[in-house]
Amino acid sequence: MTKFVKSNEAVVMGALYAGCELYFGYPITPASEIAHGAAKWFPMLGRVFVQAECETASVNMMFGAAGAGKLCMTATSGPGFSLMQEGISYLAGAELPAVVVNINRAGPGLGNVYPEQSDYTPAVKGGGHGSYQTFTLAPACAQEMFDLTVKAFEMAVKWRTPAIVFADGLQGQMMESVELPEKELAHPDFGDWAAQGEARTRGNLVKSIFLDAAQQEEFNRHLQDKYAKMASDAMSESYLADDAELLIVGYGISSRIARTTAEKLRREGVKAGVFRPISLNPFPREALCAVAGGRRIMTIELDAGQFADDVRLNLAKAGLGAEAASVRMVNRMGGEVVSVDDALRAAKEMI
Amino acid sequence: MAEISQKGMYRTFPRSGKNVSFTHYCPGCGHGIINKLIAEACAEFDLQDSTIFVDPVGCGVFTYYYWDAAHISAAHGRASAVATGACRARPDAVTIAYQGDGDLGAIGFNNAFQAASRGEKFGCIFVNNSLYGMTGGQMAPTTLEGEKTTTTPFGRDPSLTGRPLHVCEVFSQLQAPVYIARVSVADTRRIMQAKAAIRKVFEIQKARRGYALLEILAPCPTNLRMDAKAAADFCMNEMEKEFPLGVFRDVDSPGARPVAVPRAATCAELFAEGEDVPPPADDRDFPELRFKFAGYGGQGVLSLGLCLAEAARLERRHTLWFPSYGPEQRGGSANCSVVVSGTPIGSPTVEHPDVLVCMNQPAYERFVGDVAEGGTVIVDESVPLNVRPPEGVRLVRWPAIAMAERFGVPKAANTMMLACLMKEKCTGLSDQNLEKALVSSFRKKPQLGEVNRQLLRKAGAF
Repeated sequence: MTKFVKSNEAVVMGALYAGCELYFGYPITPASEIAHGAAKWFPMLGRVFVQAECETASVNMMFGAAGAGKLCMTATSGPGFSLMQEGISYLAGAELPAVVVNINRAGPGLGNVYPEQSDYTPAVKGGGHGSYQTFTLAPACAQEMFDLTVKAFEMAVKWRTPAIVFADGLQGQMMESVELPEKELAHPDFGDWAAQGEARTRGNLVKSIFLDAAQQEEFNRHLQDKYAKMASDAMSESYLADDAELLIVGYGISSRIARTTAEKLRREGVKAGVFRPISLNPFPREALCAVAGGRRIMTIELDAGQFADDVRLNLAKAGLGAEAASVRMVNRMGGEVVSVDDALRAAKEMI
Repeated sequence: MAEISQKGMYRTFPRSGKNVSFTHYCPGCGHGIINKLIAEACAEFDLQDSTIFVDPVGCGVFTYYYWDAAHISAAHGRASAVATGACRARPDAVTIAYQGDGDLGAIGFNNAFQAASRGEKFGCIFVNNSLYGMTGGQMAPTTLEGEKTTTTPFGRDPSLTGRPLHVCEVFSQLQAPVYIARVSVADTRRIMQAKAAIRKVFEIQKARRGYALLEILAPCPTNLRMDAKAAADFCMNEMEKEFPLGVFRDVDSPGARPVAVPRAATCAELFAEGEDVPPPADDRDFPELRFKFAGYGGQGVLSLGLCLAEAARLERRHTLWFPSYGPEQRGGSANCSVVVSGTPIGSPTVEHPDVLVCMNQPAYERFVGDVAEGGTVIVDESVPLNVRPPEGVRLVRWPAIAMAERFGVPKAANTMMLACLMKEKCTGLSDQNLEKALVSSFRKKPQLGEVNRQLLRKAGAF
């Protein structure tokens, strides 16, 4: 079954197919269509939609629902995402699976409702307190808004961690075809740790507190071990990258601009290729390094360079210091989107 | 000595880190008594297997050491939000939130209040000792006038910090709660009343009757800097003057009727509505075409774009549609972009449209300079051409607005524009599918679909 839908709606469809049973949300532009779709479709399937009184409530309702052993989600945009950071830290601290969708708008502060990728740091590096991470996925089309929402639930369950679907205000509003799968995923059983109000879970305790410093440290080491293992599920894709002299790196909507830019450069005889992280955390470092060695690198992003810095960091950590130093960026902010013309100009200056 | 009843509690408390059988509460603290009454009630109603306790941050944070049932330990102030999530996730369980007066009265007041207003099916046990205990005796919203705390060292000054917050009285303004009461644990008689009230909260939850709030006045000798007897007297004499004991609400049910929701058994059934078209197929011979449709809001430019995208979908082309974004939205005009391609679409933005359709002057002047070489501009005849299109761009003027008025359906100017797109053969899509897409855009008003089909044909013959 193929549907022509808004990306924001595809997120709700993906959540339902993934077995998500509860949606908690507070409206905010440009993510509200997710709440609208959830308000309609969750109850029609006998599942739960709650309009929370604020984002702080949404994320804590998720803490309760996930703590009670059910898959749940919320969706928001910048300001709401900021409000949720404390709760996401608690989810990570209690190792609860849950999915938060952030449809990035322009900031800081109230900003505006147009697209940016400026929440990169809180969305990718763990924006709340403490040493935690999230599994963060960056879809670039409506089909991926569906597929990567499903994936986010799978990863949240596999790694017992909050997962984030990170897209922008332009992607959220975009309508494209989405092919729906034949089957829905079964809801996993969390009876070994969740507080479900059943005899078998009576001894279970969901918490993020360790009064004893040694225990808190041990738990932190456990989390860090887990995050290191998460790297095995890093996702990325390369396009025309094998013989590229110029590698354009971008994620989400920017990766599509990168793709068109590379195609145009190829037509002009410039060997350009694209590397696109699909998971931003774990960052696909190995895959990047496999195509980045000896290349000049340009990022496309809708922020002030948070992503370029992360690309540099990952290259440098892998020993590609020269490549890290070569990274240049073409960016826009405030709701403006990098045009292919801008990207072409910047690319030509580099070669 | 007779063995002390530990009904509903663990025999010893290893979760505290030591295998002790005493609690962390200070001598004379009300929490210890309340913890015991809650554990007893939970056990006596045979609810230990089915109860989810939501523990707060504050002195009650360690109730999971004591109560033998499942626990979720919440963030400060959020126990009522967490309990909302838990009771919605597990409607067959009994959910009990335990909160203090900083937790519920200050940082988490709105979460507690809104949960009560929604009539969430959980019981909230709210311990009021007139201050913040765990963090060191600071002022709480419930601190009495003149009461000395670590943040009101000269006594609470009502001219600067207001007067005590009456949680039961405020919550009593709400429609949904089925039970709201205030009790105390400052002496034996009061403890027996508190016990009955706590049992009532469990009874209500066991019967899934609705939201219940029980406020319990409790002495805090440590932070009041009193001995146990003096703290209990403070609780009975001073606190009760401000916070009178009693039942504020006791009804059988919230009396709220649910709204009917149409049901679907599976996702496939839920999303079956509408025509199912196979996914896009790659066709390298089909050139990518980029469109922009612009005009005033209400002229139907967004639906015209959608119609084109739908026709492309019927032909299994890759296609995308999005409404105006960013600074383009300024100036009172609406626009949308559509890309149709034989291969997967890269950049979604339409910087240089192959086809620009303009319904008004601002739209024309804003976008005409961007049109790609070899492209087409279709502009309503009413628009004055103060700006010429770039070299190599074809200009088509078309009386869409006038024609729609002449046909008696002014709202159909966008359908008139579709006729022009078909006539000029600039979409790469078949007339048949464009017409089909137009009609299906009126799926919810089929008679309008037919009217527009006729109008489209009339305009095409113009």
